[in-house]
Amino acid sequence: MGRREIRVLRDVKRKLLSHKLMMISSMIILFMMVLALFAPFFAPNDPNLIDITQKLQGPSSQFPLGTDHLGRCILSRLIYGTQISLGTAFLVMGLTMMISIPLGIYAGFRGGKVDYFFMRLCDTLMAFPSFLLSLALIGVLGTSLSNLIFAMVLVQWVFYARVIRGMVLSVKKQNFVLAAKICGTPRLIIVIKHILPTIISQVIVLVFMDIGGVILSISGLSFLGLGIQPPDAEWGMMINDSKPFFRNNPSLMLYPGMMIFIVVIAFNLFGEALRDALDLKKE
Amino acid sequence: MGWFIVKRLTSLIPILLGISLITFILLHLIPGDPAVAYLRISHIPPTDEAVAALRVELGLNKPLYIQYLDWLGKVLQLDLGMSYVSKNAVWDEILLHLFPTIQLTCASLIFIVVISLPIGMISAIYKGKFVDQFSRIVAFVSVSMPSFWFGFLLIYLLSVKLDLFPVLGRGTLAHLVLPSLTLAFGYIGTYMRLLRASMLENLNEPFVMYAKARGLRQRLIVSRHVLKKSLLPVITGLGMSLGNMLGGAVIVETIFAWPGMGQLFVTSILNQDYPMIQGCVLFMSVIFVVCNLLVDIMYSFLDPRIRWEGEK
Repeated sequence: MGRREIRVLRDVKRKLLSHKLMMISSMIILFMMVLALFAPFFAPNDPNLIDITQKLQGPSSQFPLGTDHLGRCILSRLIYGTQISLGTAFLVMGLTMMISIPLGIYAGFRGGKVDYFFMRLCDTLMAFPSFLLSLALIGVLGTSLSNLIFAMVLVQWVFYARVIRGMVLSVKKQNFVLAAKICGTPRLIIVIKHILPTIISQVIVLVFMDIGGVILSISGLSFLGLGIQPPDAEWGMMINDSKPFFRNNPSLMLYPGMMIFIVVIAFNLFGEALRDALDLKKE
Repeated sequence: MGWFIVKRLTSLIPILLGISLITFILLHLIPGDPAVAYLRISHIPPTDEAVAALRVELGLNKPLYIQYLDWLGKVLQLDLGMSYVSKNAVWDEILLHLFPTIQLTCASLIFIVVISLPIGMISAIYKGKFVDQFSRIVAFVSVSMPSFWFGFLLIYLLSVKLDLFPVLGRGTLAHLVLPSLTLAFGYIGTYMRLLRASMLENLNEPFVMYAKARGLRQRLIVSRHVLKKSLLPVITGLGMSLGNMLGGAVIVETIFAWPGMGQLFVTSILNQDYPMIQGCVLFMSVIFVVCNLLVDIMYSFLDPRIRWEGEK
């Protein structure tokens, strides 16, 4: 085998590997979604049923992963936690996009004073460390799941709106947009028919690359006791609950952390694979 | 050079004003009357007279823009108000908790630099080899790992099982290791890959070919020419991360009972101690902005091209 063949083979292997990663990560994500949707079906017990007589038990046929300090089934709580983690993350991302995409496109497409004002607003909001600003907003509004979602959306929409504005600026100068303008196409139609389809794939990649980070922030906030309130199960909160007990019962903190880690790494791998795949298309 | 710094400093003014405005508005987002909230936290029954008297005392009866100007004037004199809970001045409390956080952040920075830069450099030179593959995995793990879980794993393995480090609190140097490693871990992967990418980019530059043509040794080319240029984006990144690390410190300080600003902040949120929340956000954001400014100025020292552009 000559050098060239080896190189080609290596290239194929690399592509396959990235496909393999994509396969594995998308299977994990799909599995988690099914788990979230059919949580009552998979969970062996009621996740919020407190039974002090059964507290801190090891694995058994009734409680496959044991029980926590209030005698609740850990496996059931993990399964129900999927609902909150994934659901909240998708909701936060969805709402963020509903603000960022229109505003980013508007600022980028209009330019001029609108754009100038928009950029100054971005500069100011981005001058805050984002996690701290979410914390402060929750602190002022009070701790609850809806306030957590509100605070996160309010803080992070700027980042995406700014990136989307940049995308629009580069698309705006391209010939097909100019041609549409010359034809007298109304602005709204140009945006919907020409600009949006051009940038939407990049936006989707952006969403998938960042959703892991959003899940981490949500569980971090819940870990601090500022997000989901008891008795609902959330992985970050479960780790926080395990604080006094994990020396003798490490599994209390091991399992929820593992869940967060697996979900986040699956989304990160998926995002990266998606970006690579789309880059290949461009070539 | 001087001109560049002056220009950069003046651009700071609107940003700082914006920060102050948003922090001020933050307190007016409280559902209900701040005066009632104050009385409730101080365990005073909120009768109509008490609320009215407090509104005058806190200046809540004045129009909003006058309240803002009053508040801004006080902030400029470092008067951030009084904590609802401890009744101490917010500024004093912040100063009291500032040093442990600075200590934690600096130690983490050292961890980041010492661990990620050598590995990043090696994986750029031996691209596709074992070290490179390994660093790719580490990078994925480090950005996907929840820091609070990593902290607990460290406590469990190194303190509880192996008894190498003290678990909680602050005191000796050994106390500093686990918290700062926890805080650093999320950034290690990022900087490893950032340095690798930036070095790979620079290795194809004409100046490398020129250096090779001059007959310089590979090691000399990498250490003297490529590394120097590749460190620039890493430095910018680190400056920006410094501010985000203040946010990360909130979680890390909670895990390790580290008596820093992050803990002060979380406690004030859980106690609904509004002036303290406001003071902490304002203070940490100003630190964030100043860090970015310092990085910009340092950057212009390191990269003359930026300096020239600023003078044009």
